[in-house]
Amino acid sequence: MTATQFVDLEQLAGQLPDGAFIALPPDYSNVPMALTHALMRRPVRDLRLLCVPTSGIQADLLIGAGCVASVECAAISMGEQGPAPRFTAAVVAGRLKLVDSTCPAIHAALQAAEKGLPFMPLRGILGSDILRHRPDWKVMDNPFADTPDPIVLLPAIRPDVAVFHARWADRQGNVWIGRRRELMTMAHAARRSLVTVEAIFDGDLLAEDELAAGTIPGIYVDAVALAPRGAWPMGLADLYAPDVAHLAAYAKQARTDEGFRAYLAANHLEPSLVD
Amino acid sequence: MSTETWRREELLIAVLARLLDGVEHVAVGASSPIPGAAALLARALSKGATRVSVLGSRRHNPFTEGGRELFDCAAQGRIGAFFLGGGEIDGEANINLVGMGDYPRLDVRFPGSFGSAYLYMLVPRVILFREEHSRRVFVPRVNFISAPGTSEPGVYRPGGPHALVTGLAKFDFDRARRRFALASVHPGHDAAEVAAETGFDYDSPAAVPATEPPPPEWLELLRGRIAGELAETYPKFASAVFGKAAA
Repeated sequence: MTATQFVDLEQLAGQLPDGAFIALPPDYSNVPMALTHALMRRPVRDLRLLCVPTSGIQADLLIGAGCVASVECAAISMGEQGPAPRFTAAVVAGRLKLVDSTCPAIHAALQAAEKGLPFMPLRGILGSDILRHRPDWKVMDNPFADTPDPIVLLPAIRPDVAVFHARWADRQGNVWIGRRRELMTMAHAARRSLVTVEAIFDGDLLAEDELAAGTIPGIYVDAVALAPRGAWPMGLADLYAPDVAHLAAYAKQARTDEGFRAYLAANHLEPSLVD
Repeated sequence: MSTETWRREELLIAVLARLLDGVEHVAVGASSPIPGAAALLARALSKGATRVSVLGSRRHNPFTEGGRELFDCAAQGRIGAFFLGGGEIDGEANINLVGMGDYPRLDVRFPGSFGSAYLYMLVPRVILFREEHSRRVFVPRVNFISAPGTSEPGVYRPGGPHALVTGLAKFDFDRARRRFALASVHPGHDAAEVAAETGFDYDSPAAVPATEPPPPEWLELLRGRIAGELAETYPKFASAVFGKAAA
């Protein structure tokens, strides 16, 4: 293990290899939008997305911009703004390799990875067509029951990289996430974590319990870049709310290919011309 | 608006809130403003006896262990009621949140199954809610079973469908008979309209009662306190229905 690196946003985006299997947070949890924009400008290619367990505009942008080879998710949606337009179009056109899951299965499979276990059993799911289309999931009888008790087994999911935004990192690479502990699970389960932050915390986030309880230790954090308002147009708890007008405009505009291209141009998200 | 009249959304919120009577902990999932309002109303009416967890909310969600805590809670029996919808719902209460067509080659894609395949099996009182009441939604057989309405004997299943509420009516569900029964029709509609718009068979009493409207004191609560609480998570809905910004 090496010390956490402090780099700029473009350098952080450069650390994510083409073809990487990357874990994305849900819309209510520290979405790294500035990093996503940098990845689109690079542009990154052939990403395999794991939505933990759902995504919105982040996955939709990457799919629309041609950065994605496959997606595993429980849902992709823009919530109150309606369907995720580029995701929906790509699936109907047969352009996207999609593996349907369900929220607790993604959480549980990451928990298996963070424990170093090969699999995790999970209740529910039996009788769902999701299971019929998941040859990687198995059903066995609970070995501790006296009568037949079928239960689903999920293989551990170990992402190459977890990406997320946070309010603070300190100079040791500890990252404060507050109560958004799906980010902790993502960081534990993934081989590497690349993080953007609003600000550098001048002190030790592990020094006092009040902050330490919501802090990911630097041992899991490979690199950090500063990105003020780095979740925009999504929000960051207690600092800024989602930009609802922007999200609504995107959900409408990106329904067509032309509208999506115009959105990319207007927001400087097209591939960079200079190398 | 006076408390003599109510909006369609307010009636639906009241119908859902009545279904939560006596529940100790109700959870609300993604994209669910009307169920969210119903849960917050039920909490207000219970004088604190009902706890509420609204996904995506900071103020009205107690979880501190990340996205998985809702599901862990449900598997332990700590969630009494939950709401699910469906792009399609059939007469055996199977729900489809994935799409229409021959999966995986879909003609129409919905967002995805979210936690339905799990919560439908584990939460005792699952209330199905879909505002659009049409033969497009209420079909003889869903294209894709995100979550099954019923299970074979021997499958661990403490949870399942309790009722179905739509823009036209309320149905009860009989798990043993795998069948819905029309319980009431909302004011301004009738049983013949419900039959014409429903693509599956269900039981219907000879005389179908009208859905009880929200009492004036519920409407006052909704338009004041509940609208403000809801606006944090559903600003667009709270503004459109109640003209309310986040408190």
